[in-house]
Amino acid sequence: MISLTTPISEAAIRALKVGDEVSISGTVFTGRDAVHKYLHEGGKLPPEVNLKDGILYHCGPVVIKDEQGQWKCVAAGPTTSIREEPYQWQVIRDFGIRGVIGKGGMGDKTLAACKEYGSVYLHAIGGAAQVLAECIKRVKNVYMMNEFGAPEAIWEFEVENFPAVVTIDSHGNSLHKEVLATSQAELAKYV
Amino acid sequence: MNVLQDSLLELIRRTSAEIPDDVHRAITRSLEEEKKGTIAESAIKIIEQNIALAKSKSQPICQDTGSVIFYVECPVGFDQITFEETAREAVKLATKKGFLRQNSVDSITGKNDGTNLGPGAPTIHFHQHRSSDISVRLILKGGGCENVGAQYSLPNEKLKANRDLDGCRKVILDAVLQAQGKGCGPGILGICIGGDRATGYEASKQQLLRKLDDTNPNPELDKLEKDIVETANKLGIGPMGFGGKTTLLGTKIGVLNRVPASYFVSVSYMCWAYRRQGVNLDASGKIQSWLY
Repeated sequence: MISLTTPISEAAIRALKVGDEVSISGTVFTGRDAVHKYLHEGGKLPPEVNLKDGILYHCGPVVIKDEQGQWKCVAAGPTTSIREEPYQWQVIRDFGIRGVIGKGGMGDKTLAACKEYGSVYLHAIGGAAQVLAECIKRVKNVYMMNEFGAPEAIWEFEVENFPAVVTIDSHGNSLHKEVLATSQAELAKYV
Repeated sequence: MNVLQDSLLELIRRTSAEIPDDVHRAITRSLEEEKKGTIAESAIKIIEQNIALAKSKSQPICQDTGSVIFYVECPVGFDQITFEETAREAVKLATKKGFLRQNSVDSITGKNDGTNLGPGAPTIHFHQHRSSDISVRLILKGGGCENVGAQYSLPNEKLKANRDLDGCRKVILDAVLQAQGKGCGPGILGICIGGDRATGYEASKQQLLRKLDDTNPNPELDKLEKDIVETANKLGIGPMGFGGKTTLLGTKIGVLNRVPASYFVSVSYMCWAYRRQGVNLDASGKIQSWLY
């Protein structure tokens, strides 16, 4: 298990390779479908959302307010990342993101952006909303709640030992491409 | 508060937080199958931890609490309107309590009013029967796995799939290949052969009400169900698409008649976070027993 703490240097990212298990601590911001479309269309981020050398998490959490009026994250697994494939490369480039957490993998444009700008795709365990919510120690803030609604808003989380697997590295390797190719070849034997 | 509403709220809570036993057993078995020290094994271990944690904290197994789909079996004369109104209130309350995420969005404006109520949300299927029993089954189906569902129209030239069971097998395995890890595998397939585009998908979802360890009464379909699981698990897609031995935990196949011109095979993919539960209710709406 390799520890990563935000802000993350390019060198630390370049040292990672496909199949590495990592443990992430520090600040992560969520951003999913609405945020990516908005940024792609030239939308501006609130100044407090600083993604430079940071981590973007494809996640629509369940967050409720407790009796003291504090946000409490009760479930927070990753959402399917491939929907952000048309936009992700640009968001990585424009905001200097070092890692994108999600699930299901991403395509060639993101793969190329990871290589060019020094970023990685970090696969969290889809559906593991409780294990991952446990890693969220504090909900620091929420942005664009009115515009996008709770699941699509930008949540700022403080995380500790958040587990993920590098499935796209910054050297042009993708576990998703490998598994697709081998499973396709395997299937050809049985049909 | 009314008894039926309490019961439906408890049904939603338990469906969201607790995996059914038959599914849990299949996941535990898959952990033994995966090679030690692999990321596939790590993935299943985290899944196991998550199942235990969700149950003990009474919180959603997965944050995508999905489409809320009720299947109600009821006697002649059952008041469906009151049931529907009560179910809607229960959904709203379950959302407030965090058993369900604010998960229902206006498709045109993108607005999410946070209640989980709206056209088609929740969905309730009623089925009347001659018995006096009332049963309510609930499936919470996440969007990630719903997105990798597929419907094939046979013949399919590219897949060399003709209008027979071998053709069905080819397109079903293609759906598994296309899904890779995107549907949060290891997955479970609900399949319908036949029907039209709407009824085929609907019937494929209803197959997901079956227990994983049941047997298809049609021996040919039973054989096909087992063959699909066995073959899919040789493809090396594995948990989360990380590579590994467990790609599917189960496959359930049903059949509807078709018109001569159409031959659809509809595949609904369910993620490992298979949220399905059910209750028998008495006439007052009180829970008498759990179905899974």
